[in-house]
Amino acid sequence: MILKRLGISVFVLLAVSLLVFFFTLLLPGDPAQAILGQQATPERLAALREQLDLNAPWYERYLSWLGGLLVGDLGTSAATGGSVNALLASKVSASVVLMAIAAVIAIPVGLLLGTWSAMRRGRAADQGLTGISLVLAALPEFVIGVALTTLLSTTVFRLLPSVTMAAPGTRVWDYPLQLILPTLTLILVVVPYMIRMTRTTMADVLDSGYVEMARLKGLPERQVIFKHALPHAIGPVAQVIAMQLAWLAGGIVVVEFLFRYPGLGQAMVDAVNTRDVQVVQALSMIIAAFYVIVNLLADVVGILANPKLRTESRS
Amino acid sequence: MSAQRTSESFTRRVLRQPAAKLGIVLTALVLLLAVLGPLAVPAWTGYGTNSFAGKPFQTGVFGTDNLGRDVLSRFLAGGWRLLLYSALATVVGVGLGAVLGMLAALRGGWLDSVIMRCGDVLLAIPQLVFALLAVTVLGPQGWVLVLVIGVTHAPRVARVIRAATAGVVAEDYVLASQMYGVPQWKILGRDVVPNIMGPLMVEVGLRLTYSIGAVASLSFLGLGMQPPTPDWGLMINENRIALSLQPWGVILPVIAIAVLTVGTNLIADAVAGASAGRVRTTGKGTR
Repeated sequence: MILKRLGISVFVLLAVSLLVFFFTLLLPGDPAQAILGQQATPERLAALREQLDLNAPWYERYLSWLGGLLVGDLGTSAATGGSVNALLASKVSASVVLMAIAAVIAIPVGLLLGTWSAMRRGRAADQGLTGISLVLAALPEFVIGVALTTLLSTTVFRLLPSVTMAAPGTRVWDYPLQLILPTLTLILVVVPYMIRMTRTTMADVLDSGYVEMARLKGLPERQVIFKHALPHAIGPVAQVIAMQLAWLAGGIVVVEFLFRYPGLGQAMVDAVNTRDVQVVQALSMIIAAFYVIVNLLADVVGILANPKLRTESRS
Repeated sequence: MSAQRTSESFTRRVLRQPAAKLGIVLTALVLLLAVLGPLAVPAWTGYGTNSFAGKPFQTGVFGTDNLGRDVLSRFLAGGWRLLLYSALATVVGVGLGAVLGMLAALRGGWLDSVIMRCGDVLLAIPQLVFALLAVTVLGPQGWVLVLVIGVTHAPRVARVIRAATAGVVAEDYVLASQMYGVPQWKILGRDVVPNIMGPLMVEVGLRLTYSIGAVASLSFLGLGMQPPTPDWGLMINENRIALSLQPWGVILPVIAIAVLTVGTNLIADAVAGASAGRVRTTGKGTR
């Protein structure tokens, strides 16, 4: 069961790489020309084409690109001529920090509020929470970010820095104050979904026969929730968390751009502006790989949490 | 005849919810603003007042931006493209997704597997990242935005519609029609489509909400509408440099986009509530 899931993930990633590579074939113009500029001599162009394998047919170029990806070589940037690895190395950690802080805060908050909302279904607290999350869920990331900036940084209160400004050689986490607005934006983007979906899942579980049975046996409510209801909700809830983590990977693009945060998302926007296809491809693959791995983990958790599927995998 | 009666009561069921009324009012407000706004612009002169980041009420009602352009004029003129592109992307996405979803459910077999696996591949790349990939190669043209956002909606819509169609096809009366040899397209038109209108309408509302978000986000990143086009997303990008001096150039479009997406999302939620139980709007891949 788990092995089958793993196989599907590998297949999906391969197909994604083919799709991402396909986009380079649509690109008008010559990458070698783009790197060397208009004044390049024909000899140098030919040499670079040879070096970049541009004369090879597309499937050979795809295979060598894919081979490079598998050993961690992301290719050569068309805009700067340097390696993509060097370009992205310092930015990976910055983005990981941002996403990790957002996830560590958002996951427990979302799950707790969702469960709480499900337990008080129909009451004022539940309706208020549902309304707020419905509104927040509708807003694009940059709207939430800009609203927070005007509220906390530039216009109403002037408490926090609105852009990230790190001196060369320093790390993003050397300035904790600058991290607050980007992480807060990401948290407000994912928490509403977690609340809504956890609420739906928990409401289903709390309505089920075995929870009623546990209550009728006279078990204390805490035991009903944690011993009888929660284990059944783990699988679906893991899916919810995975989906929101995957959403974070896309959300960092807008949020990093908004706060000028020096991470992968900002690098992506810069690369699109300079039409640096190699970098955009590499980033798309990184983000897709993250998405596929997170979903795989969620499915594995779901399989392990479900006794029926667990025994199926053993046999 | 009977299909019409159920759809009428369905509309009434949607409208009975206060969230639907609020959503319609909010959406209509922004719609009117975006459509009638451009017509009002010539009356509010202000282009070329040439004062840097003018304060409100000194130059123009909401001041001017850092190029000396009247904020209110640009705000009034800047909504219709966002709405048009989002609507077109929604039509492409829901249309493509609905056709593929129904096809997958009706035909089944290898076609079903191929359609759904292709969808899985597309779902592994976040929508915005996929759009950026397309914009890098094809440039920030309107048709690229519409097409790429539509295509990324399609697998999400296809999943929902496939499930809904499969539910209808499994009903006894559909099986009976099939056994009588009623042609597939007739079954599709008479049985399937009327019965999946609920989920389909929910998808239209949801996808419209996300299309607006995606088009506006791309413009905000400077990769959608290009200057000097007046556009809400682009305005936010252009004016955020002077946010602490002249916030109106950012606040007006942010409020408009927020009211619009909240409005469409409220409508989608009310429709989902009215077709209660038959649709799961919170399932995997809604976003």
